[in-house]
Amino acid sequence: MEYFAVSLLNGLSYGLLLFMLSSGLTLIFSMMGVLNFAHASFYMLGAYIGYSVSEVAGFWPGLLIAPLVVGGLGALFQRFLLRRVHAFGHVPELLITFGLSYLIVEVVQLIWGRSAVDYRKPPELDFAAFSIYGTQFPAYRLFLMGVALAMLACLSLVLKKSRLGLIIQAALTHPQTLEALGHNVPRVFMLVFGGGAALAGLAGAVGGAQFVTEPAMAATVGSIVFVVVVVGGLGSVRGAFVASMLIGLLDAFAAGSDRSLADVVHWLGLASEPAGVAEMVLRVRFSQVAAMLPYLLLVLVLVFRPRGLFGVREG
Amino acid sequence: MFTQYFPSRSRRWGTAFSWGMFGLILILAPLALTSSFSHTLLSQIGIAIIVCLAYNILLGQGGMLSFGHAVYSGLGAFMAIHTLNLVSAGRLALPVSLIPLVGGLAGLAMALLLGWVSTRRAATPFAMITLGVGELVWAITLMFPGIFGGETGIAGNRVTGSGLFGITFGPQIQLYYLIAAYTLVCVLLMYAFTRTPLGRLLNAVRDNPERVEFIGFDPQMVRYLAFCVSGFFAGVSGGLGALQFEIVSSEVVGAARSGAYLLFVVLGGTSLFFGPIIGAVLMVLASVWLSELTAAWLLYLGLVFVVMVLVAPGGLASLVVVHLRYVAAKGLRNVGASYLALASSAAVMLLGGVLLVEMFYHRQVNAVLGPTLVLMGVSLDLSRLDVWFGATLLFVVGALLFAVSRRPFDRAWAEFHRQGQDGRADRPSGEPA
Repeated sequence: MEYFAVSLLNGLSYGLLLFMLSSGLTLIFSMMGVLNFAHASFYMLGAYIGYSVSEVAGFWPGLLIAPLVVGGLGALFQRFLLRRVHAFGHVPELLITFGLSYLIVEVVQLIWGRSAVDYRKPPELDFAAFSIYGTQFPAYRLFLMGVALAMLACLSLVLKKSRLGLIIQAALTHPQTLEALGHNVPRVFMLVFGGGAALAGLAGAVGGAQFVTEPAMAATVGSIVFVVVVVGGLGSVRGAFVASMLIGLLDAFAAGSDRSLADVVHWLGLASEPAGVAEMVLRVRFSQVAAMLPYLLLVLVLVFRPRGLFGVREG
Repeated sequence: MFTQYFPSRSRRWGTAFSWGMFGLILILAPLALTSSFSHTLLSQIGIAIIVCLAYNILLGQGGMLSFGHAVYSGLGAFMAIHTLNLVSAGRLALPVSLIPLVGGLAGLAMALLLGWVSTRRAATPFAMITLGVGELVWAITLMFPGIFGGETGIAGNRVTGSGLFGITFGPQIQLYYLIAAYTLVCVLLMYAFTRTPLGRLLNAVRDNPERVEFIGFDPQMVRYLAFCVSGFFAGVSGGLGALQFEIVSSEVVGAARSGAYLLFVVLGGTSLFFGPIIGAVLMVLASVWLSELTAAWLLYLGLVFVVMVLVAPGGLASLVVVHLRYVAAKGLRNVGASYLALASSAAVMLLGGVLLVEMFYHRQVNAVLGPTLVLMGVSLDLSRLDVWFGATLLFVVGALLFAVSRRPFDRAWAEFHRQGQDGRADRPSGEPA
């Protein structure tokens, strides 16, 4: 029971962080058809900027400044680089964001060095919120979950209810009509890209203090975020939410377990003592498998439901 | 190869000539560069040529951007090193020279298996799936240290069995000629593949999958078959790599390796067959030399890559071809002066930029070595402000001059394009013709 409760909480908070990241990515993808390979790099940039601001002015201003700066950089990138290669098709678009991810990692090392920086939680939130079965649950994790949920609420409110959201949705399906009505569609795209980057920046500023802020953080989280977006269905915010939670929980439950497949086989009362390759596979603990589970899920989803959980069929 | 872009009496003779040159270069290169270091370098280049061309079957010819192609070369390498160890242990009678083929078959088998999942979707989803599959395989290699050697890797010894005619592949030069033979045959085969109906269909699938479906072919099947062909050649290259380094660790299937394939193939150029060969040469030179020369080499690479995608999406190969035509059309006379201005201002800007980057890096990474940076034989005292000021000034002035001299250059270049001299050479790979 203890294992269950702790894993559930860890999984929820990890899943919500993944959602913070993947919402921006899937937003950009659904609006512009661009897969931003550098999205996780924006997340890292957010964490580092949050760290730098926290050194000067404390933690809280960083939460505001990091998304603004990262969003601004994202908008500039869209305006001056991405828009130029847009005419060439989707491969150059992917390539330029791939190149950007390379550059951001190097520039981060240039400015902040190669080792991890000491980005701390604010002292106001550095206590245990409650404890279950003797395991203390830090208040900061609760805060992180709250930010993610608030983000989900704001995102769906803005997209569904506000005038800006209407324009954004119209830009996706009827760009010509929207232009005829006098809206600047390229600027809408720039705003969307900047907004998506700002979401990643906020995720970085919040998540960087919980996890480690280091140059490798983009690579560790980057590929998982792509998995989330594909599993949830490309371009579906709802799908991204469900997939993030699924992967967060899967990861936490597997990582917290010290059982192996052999135990399951034993528990089921099957087979005696396996040998050879079978034994090697069965002896692997679930905690060791945790790192590959998201990718396994990706392959399974692609085999059985290629458009993802909530994706629409490609037109 | 490139001679077809020269006006020649017979195209077939031109093609035969360029293949002859390619073969001759492969044979003569180790005789011209005699040090054992350059032999190692040449061997690595041969291996890289095979894998880069294999990658370009996907990217250039099929429009499939893969972020995980190291899986196939890497698993080929693992298969090859295990086979080599079986041969060494006397449990398998197989000439060492055939082991790269075993690697190729392993690459093919993995592509048959994983390619089916990967090629179900095209375009952007394909890219993300290959990324996921790459991460999956990488995680698996770390999970089974018994098979994949964990962090340290699996070692082998290529000198085994009775060498035929005294060829044991012990000396680097002997291995080089094995690699050269494989490179020549593989490059020929991959070139031939582009001329087969399947190769042509693959181009059609890249440009317009819907029409391919209309004429009765299954684009997914075409992508799958091409993926398998590419996987085979990648595996051969992995097998050769296993013989070359005699150690295979899980980094050979890692995302960094896959990213390097992508980066250098794009740099070399995807829209022409010989583009990836340039990319392969650059890949080896960059990872061996540039990484020795400067700590910031990845930054430079990233910058060059972004500029290339922006300015010349066809890569270096398209630049070469465009310039050859330019010279052939005697266009250089018109643009020569502005070219010179552009190049010299770019040089000033680059000098300033490189200085700044190196100084930043030195301060950040090598701070323990003191404030003195030795760059190209000149030592700079980074504690002095005027050094920083000078470098910034160089960069800014260079950038301004560059911006100014770009205009007449752009005009001359556009004029040349208008005359209809330029065709498909710098067309980006993914775009319909």
